[in-house]
Amino acid sequence: MKLHLKVWRQSGPQDKGRFELHTIDGVSSDMSFLEMLDVLNDRLLAQGKSPIAFDHDCREGICGSCSMMINGRAHGPTRGTTCQTYMRNFHDGQTVVIEPWRARAFPVMCDLVVDRSAFDRIQQAGGYVSVNTGGAQDGNCLPVPKDDAERAMDAAQCIGCGACVAACKNASAMLFVAAKVSHLGLLPQGQPERAGRVLAMVAKMDEEGFGNCTNQYECEAVCPKSIPADFIARMNRDHLGSSLIPSE
Amino acid sequence: MQLDARSPSGPLSEKWDRCKMDMRLVNPANKRKYHVLVVGTGLAGASCAASLAELGYNVSTFCYQDSPRRAHSIAAQGGINAAKNYRNDGDSVERLFTDTIKGGDYRSREANVYRLAQVSRNIIDQCVAQGVPFAREYGGQLDNRSFGGAQVSRTFYCRGQTGQQLLLGAYASLNRQIAQGRVKSHPRHEMLDVVLVNGVAKGIIVRDMVTGQIERHSGDAVVLATGGYGPVFYLSTNAKGCNVTATFRAYKRGALFANPCFTQIHPTCIPVTGDYQSKLTLMSESLRNDGRIWVPKSNGARKPDTITESERDYFLERKYPSYGNLAPRDISSRAAKEVCDNGLGVGEGGRGVYLDFADAIKRLGEDAIRERYGNLFDMYAHITGENPYRVPMRIYPAVHYCMGGLWVDYRLMSNLPGLFVLGEANFSDHGANRLGASALMQGLADGYFVAPYTITDYLAGVKPGVGTEGGEFAEAEARVGSHMKRLQDTKGKVSAQVFHRELGKMVWDHCGMARNRAGLEGMLRSIPTLRERFWREVSVPATAGGMNQALEYAGRVADFIDFAEVLATDALTREESCGAHFREEYQTEDGEAKRNDADYSFVSAWGYNGENQAPVLTREALQYEFVKPSVRSYK
Repeated sequence: MKLHLKVWRQSGPQDKGRFELHTIDGVSSDMSFLEMLDVLNDRLLAQGKSPIAFDHDCREGICGSCSMMINGRAHGPTRGTTCQTYMRNFHDGQTVVIEPWRARAFPVMCDLVVDRSAFDRIQQAGGYVSVNTGGAQDGNCLPVPKDDAERAMDAAQCIGCGACVAACKNASAMLFVAAKVSHLGLLPQGQPERAGRVLAMVAKMDEEGFGNCTNQYECEAVCPKSIPADFIARMNRDHLGSSLIPSE
Repeated sequence: MQLDARSPSGPLSEKWDRCKMDMRLVNPANKRKYHVLVVGTGLAGASCAASLAELGYNVSTFCYQDSPRRAHSIAAQGGINAAKNYRNDGDSVERLFTDTIKGGDYRSREANVYRLAQVSRNIIDQCVAQGVPFAREYGGQLDNRSFGGAQVSRTFYCRGQTGQQLLLGAYASLNRQIAQGRVKSHPRHEMLDVVLVNGVAKGIIVRDMVTGQIERHSGDAVVLATGGYGPVFYLSTNAKGCNVTATFRAYKRGALFANPCFTQIHPTCIPVTGDYQSKLTLMSESLRNDGRIWVPKSNGARKPDTITESERDYFLERKYPSYGNLAPRDISSRAAKEVCDNGLGVGEGGRGVYLDFADAIKRLGEDAIRERYGNLFDMYAHITGENPYRVPMRIYPAVHYCMGGLWVDYRLMSNLPGLFVLGEANFSDHGANRLGASALMQGLADGYFVAPYTITDYLAGVKPGVGTEGGEFAEAEARVGSHMKRLQDTKGKVSAQVFHRELGKMVWDHCGMARNRAGLEGMLRSIPTLRERFWREVSVPATAGGMNQALEYAGRVADFIDFAEVLATDALTREESCGAHFREEYQTEDGEAKRNDADYSFVSAWGYNGENQAPVLTREALQYEFVKPSVRSYK
């Protein structure tokens, strides 16, 4: 099939940026979206032009690198990551608009590549259990109810792609932070630092310039791992409870 | 050159403890004077960096991804082995050791493998303490599953995302150290050279992939945890960014590359669909617990549901009745190739076999299967557009893991003093074939429980503090700069991907699941032509600084082309079949690998010998004091 692509090009953080038009033919329906862009980039290189920069790595939906707004939807028309979007979901002659994530906390670095290091800093603020290597007790000394483990895993499978932020009109990172907070908050290992963790991570999230949640659930709708927005309510409860504990 | 593996003496079960007792320590007040550079932030790199920082060392980490959490360990699905014997099914350290040595077809070091089995138990405890959400039984205890090459259930897992959860655990520990200021993280940085000062590793040259700046970093020790070289085959289950550059450039500085021809082909991947294909997707080996592998007994493009039981050949169950669908990876892969070579393959192009869950769904119900493998089934449906709950999956082998890597001694140090190599990047523990769920185990064993001891011992003998002012740093920086300038000056019209694809096809055809002398010799004749064309025709846009993904990629492809020669030379020199290395000239009448212990019971360690020169072989003889190498049989 033949597609008309409107791709965001921006040479660096200071550049204003613009849409560039490309027509690409011979696209197979079995191609992934990124393979279609590979083909386009090969052609651009053959013409001595600069290829489109985009983040990608594992191409199996788990590393969370890929990050594109496709026709206004984070990760494109189907549930899952950009790399797991297949051309069978597009039709011949379609115009496809490709943009980077748009959020103040995710500045554009080049073309479709954005800086998501704010996510790392939020996790550095408290997304861990303070345990040193060595000396851990036997794993089975700490039974975890199966349902809790499953629920923690539901949250823990967040891939940190940032689609939730990109889809939110407030560019809120609540679903991401809630997933991180809930993963440890649901497990016995996470209890000793539970109150401090949620306060620190939410404070960092605000400091990084992410917006607030107004319950639109756009995040849940685009999350490639289907992480439910209930976790946001859970985090809010945790946050309220924790802020009532007098600090030392 | 004489290679000393520094394996400790004494009984197998006491070696690691003795070694730890012999190692020197660094006083806590002195630890902060030392600086360690860790390249790569997967399981091995992140766990090592976090553990060293906890001890009090200053650590800098480097990764090409935009966050340490995205290293390719994240994609490991099935699980992690540990000799816990929670099932009471006869598991023990000795059993895990024996399985791993046998699985590796007797081409790994006894002492290393035994240590791996010993520390496997600590890993699970450590990860549980970090809050890794392992699968649980109803009573709250840790659950296990079975995996290929073992008859006990010793694999711990987090649904089909075990690697992700273990990496997030190590990344969380790393984050804690970053927050405390002990680790400085450098994401989007690519290592392009190792700096040796008087023959000792003292620094690295990296490129900031955002600004394009070349930077010098110095340290008292350098750790490479940069993963495998699978994409030398172009198509593999590795991430697109995985590359050989860090280890290959260390090789060019004098580090020995061991057993490069031991490359694992994973039996359960989604088959190739077209030329544009950029990667292959693995379906976890754990699927073989419940899925049955078959092809029709006679050729014919029929729908699988119209093929009756009597017309199906469950070839693994037939050939290997005691292990069945859980036969080791190399054996299962070759069996699939054999039936497809005989024209019985299924799907477009005939390069595929069925992995069928109909029996398991009948026995356990669809919900139970969804709970075990839901995300894998979704992934398959997404990629192929087929519903695996109704139609059997189609699978075919694909390149997955590299047992070969930089040579290291028992203490994980390469032949270059101060250069440590961890995880998939080293060659140490898997011999000629790795068993499932052992990669995660090795990465974390190296990073959490081995390197922190051995690096401390090394640092105890080193005066801390090095600058980046020395002539060696300037020289290395100039070398990196001129290499990149040469790529940008080529001004050709062909993307690096075209050459990469061509190289990959050559390596897959001649150095893949089966190899022979004629094919390998042909490959060694073709590579120089490909290299010459690459350097004449490759197109790399010249940008003044800033992000340049085409430049990064072209540099990696250039290294893959040179590395493929070392790979083919190793495969040609090893005139036997063992593990994943199957030389067609050396097989039994029924097509099984014919190992030659009399002549090839050694590690091949290859040394760089200058541009366009054949590499030089050094052998490390393998001594088997405790196990008796036997013919591997899974029948």
